[in-house]
Amino acid sequence: MSKVVAVTGNEAVANALRQVNPDVSSAYPITPATDIMQRFTSFVSNGQVKTEMILVESEHSAMSGCVGASAAGGRVMTATSSQGLALMWEELFIASGSRLPIVMALVNRALSAPLNIHGDHSDGMGARDCGWIQLWSENAQEAYDNTIQAFRIAEHMDIRLPVMVCLDGFIISHSIERIEYLEDEEVKNFVGEFQLLNPLLDIEHPVSYGPLILPDYYMEYRRAHAEVMSKVPNVVVDIAKDFEKISGRKYGLFETYRLDDAEIGVVILNSAAGTSKDVIDEFRDRGIKAGLLKPRVFRPFPYEEIGNSLKHLKAVCVLDRADAFGASYGPLFADIAASLYPYKEKPVLTNKIYGLGGRDYLPEHAELALNELVEIAKTGKVKTFREYIGVRE
Amino acid sequence: MKLKGWKKVNPGAVVTEGGSALEFKTGSWRAFKPKFIEENCIQCLFCWVFCPDMAVKVKDGKMVGFNYDYCKGCGICALECPGKKGNKAIVMEEEGK
Ligand code: SF4
Ligand code: SF4
Repeated sequence: MSKVVAVTGNEAVANALRQVNPDVSSAYPITPATDIMQRFTSFVSNGQVKTEMILVESEHSAMSGCVGASAAGGRVMTATSSQGLALMWEELFIASGSRLPIVMALVNRALSAPLNIHGDHSDGMGARDCGWIQLWSENAQEAYDNTIQAFRIAEHMDIRLPVMVCLDGFIISHSIERIEYLEDEEVKNFVGEFQLLNPLLDIEHPVSYGPLILPDYYMEYRRAHAEVMSKVPNVVVDIAKDFEKISGRKYGLFETYRLDDAEIGVVILNSAAGTSKDVIDEFRDRGIKAGLLKPRVFRPFPYEEIGNSLKHLKAVCVLDRADAFGASYGPLFADIAASLYPYKEKPVLTNKIYGLGGRDYLPEHAELALNELVEIAKTGKVKTFREYIGVRE
Repeated sequence: MKLKGWKKVNPGAVVTEGGSALEFKTGSWRAFKPKFIEENCIQCLFCWVFCPDMAVKVKDGKMVGFNYDYCKGCGICALECPGKKGNKAIVMEEEGK
């Protein structure tokens, strides 16, 4: 039995966290973080969860607190954004390298300077290689659903890695949408009891976390981490199947929209995918075979599956809501290009940087990209491989 | 000792036995070496309390010298040592002198 509500993305994520009822949360619930943690701390104050809430003096400490609590043997979560994630940087690697199943909601916001906390993927993209799993969410429903599934993925005994659940700042985090909540009991049963692995607080079996690992072993640990990452996709898909049983909602490694018979397509993350789908429908109405691919699991990146889904297209535009300064292309483009590299026959690829610092992504931006793709598919000629769109000259 | 391959290492480099630091001798990191001057010692055991490692040897409640397998030469013991009448019972000497 689900309940339909009208809530913001932040409320939806906070409610998912209430339903999961973690043992410990360590957070710095002030801007640039959103009101996810503010809402969650009121659940703590009102006795609606049994979570031990640690309010710390910085985001660095917030993640340190999560690392300690998770190593101690608790189910742990936190939330952050923007500069907050940047300040956690060092600890992100400690969490993943120590294989701690922490769940963190990341409301994607721009990085300073210039100071800006609007929707932008620079924060999450900056942390894409820190050994965490990243799930990206188009809307509040997906953010809610991903948050609940994230605990199962992180805590899976073959995985034990931290998971970031990404949703767009303001566009999703602060806008009200219709979403369906699961019953508390359903969520509780779905996530199940937390399973311990080498908890520090088991004094009968003393363990140490964070030892010095010299050149004779460091590389073996990195290789083992890479191996665990390669097991993530199957686990994500299995957990999504279980989730579908209680929610009726389907999830995979990525979503495809009218892609099977498409000749041109866009690849885009999070909320802008919604806008793009509407424009794709308009193109389809005009008889143009357009489609879309929206990654959900961005780390580990499902190279084979994505390459396989895109290889039959004639032209693809990858839209990035973050730039990689000094690199030729945006971060999403680089991975899409790599996924297609092994194929002899593959689409022409272009890259557009859009929506930085909360700049609106409008239907006309999707139209611009798609019209260009129509032209490329017809003539094989590309005017610009990479450009900023929606920017004043 | 044969080194383990990546399939055999513990997840997250967690060490699952207690006291394993004993197997990792850190004395070679030392640039300065504490020297014990027994006649100045009042057996307050400050050195034993303050040593961040386990390098101050105590026998029958008495300071008896250093375990140079682990002493890193930080000099904390020498700093904290009150000694007798202003004469320290621990002084730091440069290694190799
Ligand atoms: S020098 Fe440092 S490590 Fe060595 S015995 Fe003194 S306090 Fe301990
Ligand atoms: S601190 Fe100095 S005086 Fe005290 S026990 Fe150690 S060596 Fe002796």
